[in-house]
Amino acid sequence: MVTGVSRDAGARCARRLADDPAIGTVLGVDVVPPRAELGRVRFVRADIRNPVIAKVIAAEGVDTVVHTGVVATPGSAGGRSSMKEINVIGTMQLLAACQKASGVAKLVVKSSTTVYGAGPRDPAMFTEEMAPRAIHHHGLSKDAVEVEGYVRGFARRRPDVCVTTLRMANWIGPKTDSPMTRYFALPVVPTVFGYDARLQFLHEDDGVEAIQRATVNDLPGTFNLAGDGIISLSQAIRRLGRPTVRLPSFTASSTAAAVRRARLADFSPDQITFLTFGRGVDTTRMRTEFGFEPKYTTAEAFDDFRSSLGVGAMTRVAGLLGAGLGALRG
Amino acid sequence: MADADVIPIGSGGRPGRGSGRRTTPSAAARALAGRGGQKKNSRARSGPDGKRADSDAAAGGPVSGPGAAAQEPRVGETAGAVPDVDGPDLSGLDLGGLDFGRLERVVRELFGEDGERRVAEWLAFLRRRLSGDYELDEFGYDSDLTDQVLLPMLRPMVEKWFRVEVRGIENIPTDGSALIVANHSGTMPIDGLVTQVVVADHTGRPLRTLAADLVFQTPFVGELSRKGGATLANNDDAERLLRQGNLVGVWPEGFKGLGKPFAERYKLQRFGRGGFVSAAMRTGVPIVPCSIVGAEEIYPLVGNIASLARLLGVPYIPITPFFPLLGPLGLIPLPSKWLIEFGEPIRTDEFADGAPDDPMLVFNVTDQVRETIQQTLYTLLMQRRSIFF
Repeated sequence: MVTGVSRDAGARCARRLADDPAIGTVLGVDVVPPRAELGRVRFVRADIRNPVIAKVIAAEGVDTVVHTGVVATPGSAGGRSSMKEINVIGTMQLLAACQKASGVAKLVVKSSTTVYGAGPRDPAMFTEEMAPRAIHHHGLSKDAVEVEGYVRGFARRRPDVCVTTLRMANWIGPKTDSPMTRYFALPVVPTVFGYDARLQFLHEDDGVEAIQRATVNDLPGTFNLAGDGIISLSQAIRRLGRPTVRLPSFTASSTAAAVRRARLADFSPDQITFLTFGRGVDTTRMRTEFGFEPKYTTAEAFDDFRSSLGVGAMTRVAGLLGAGLGALRG
Repeated sequence: MADADVIPIGSGGRPGRGSGRRTTPSAAARALAGRGGQKKNSRARSGPDGKRADSDAAAGGPVSGPGAAAQEPRVGETAGAVPDVDGPDLSGLDLGGLDFGRLERVVRELFGEDGERRVAEWLAFLRRRLSGDYELDEFGYDSDLTDQVLLPMLRPMVEKWFRVEVRGIENIPTDGSALIVANHSGTMPIDGLVTQVVVADHTGRPLRTLAADLVFQTPFVGELSRKGGATLANNDDAERLLRQGNLVGVWPEGFKGLGKPFAERYKLQRFGRGGFVSAAMRTGVPIVPCSIVGAEEIYPLVGNIASLARLLGVPYIPITPFFPLLGPLGLIPLPSKWLIEFGEPIRTDEFADGAPDDPMLVFNVTDQVRETIQQTLYTLLMQRRSIFF
């Protein structure tokens, strides 16, 4: 059973799992019907915030639950309170249902590296054991921490269930529609004056592969997943060839509000701190224990995403310089 | 370009909307004696590059100055509308309109054969920067920027201003990691920057520094330090850097050493909590003690505006004999003579397992490092003839 299939990531995971001949039936659960084609996935319209989900699990004899229903964008969920409701209460109900269902043997949770927060006191790379240094009160970051807390509680109460928590770096790719991709698609990209965040990305294909791997194999534990390498925010924007406007940090939240009102991108305060200080996660365990090798590095994933956008204004200047260089070399 | 902007505006003293000479761009282009216009074109392009190369080629600068001054009035006389011709070239991206052959010749005339290569390197660097085509490591270290911009900017300060004399550079291993531990002083962490340049120039290896969290909270400072190879001073990052085979620099006195009064100069403060020793022990890398003489005198700290410092959330607001008395001028460090000595490495790979978790042993090694640096400081001070020479 895959939750959150009405959104792109969930739908792709469900399709990928349905394509696997080793897996019998894949149930897709969500409140609204998916826009994307689900293929062999059977869609069940149910709300994970509602105890009805327990009946679905019992009736269908679900043995594996893949929880991709954590929402990152308050806009698409219908506001911040609704987003929190879906993320936190939804996870609670889902886990409560799983706890009662004796047939459930595996739980895969798609979490996010936002659980580590972002701040000036952060170590360069977070390993899975490290606790966040910056305390977050906002948005997805807080939700993800609470969701993981419930998942840990569930793992304690049902030690027989194999629980895999995947802390994924920001997904990026031509098909991904997230606050991050919307942000980079802005014609002029605002950044925080005087800071340059370190960013890691995970290509959408790698993300889907990782979820498939966690579902098919028994790999209990918490794993950081990210593409190799790091790019800085300024570097990313330069690669896009888009002009930046560097705004002082105290204007960041009002800028985010303006951008949100213009329906260009959807930003919460925790994303602003992320774009200020950045974050890096250590992926040693992803390789050694999880046995997963992302196909795309951070830079390659970003390049793949870039090719889906148009050419920015700054690329022309670079082209001019390049021509000058060619002439100088003869 | 600034000169050229002024010329076409106005009517040259005659009444009316403009002089008769100011015509449409195409007519102006035709009116140009091809040579003059082209030269002006290439001059305008080479301007920014020439300016940057000036700092590198001190000899090239004066040559370009008079040349430009002599040329520009003449071009202005013959055609007032030169900027109009210039404009479409830039916005339309019409590369055919630019005469790069002439640009090349001008560059060669101005800076010589070597200058041409240098300008080409600069252009390549600029293109890499503009297109984002460079690599960062996981700590955010930008070797391209550091080697091309940051270190060359600091080098004159190290060589000309402080006239740093380096001893015992052979104590830094040529390969593999090492932890360089130094004394911290001078109100502003200039000694860290100087050590970084010295190590990079003498060993050819970058020194990765560990900095306080205040650095990363501060705009620009934090950004540039990360790009220059610094990361947050904590055990996780230190051990990570050491495991990857880096030279790591640490100033364990921190703000206690940096912001101590001038009267207490060259008296080492407590060496943190010995975290650097346990990091070295865990990774088994040698500790290289480094004694820096001269940094104490750059900003003699005679007072501290504690209340303002508390308000701003910084450890201290310094009062030196020249700051804030002389305003921004007081920020210029005094040109003291610097001596930097790297001592013999202290090995940490021979301790038994569990040594990093033995606080007594860690304190002992910390004291040993501290004593070594303190003794070397006294020796160096005896050898220094005066503060400024």
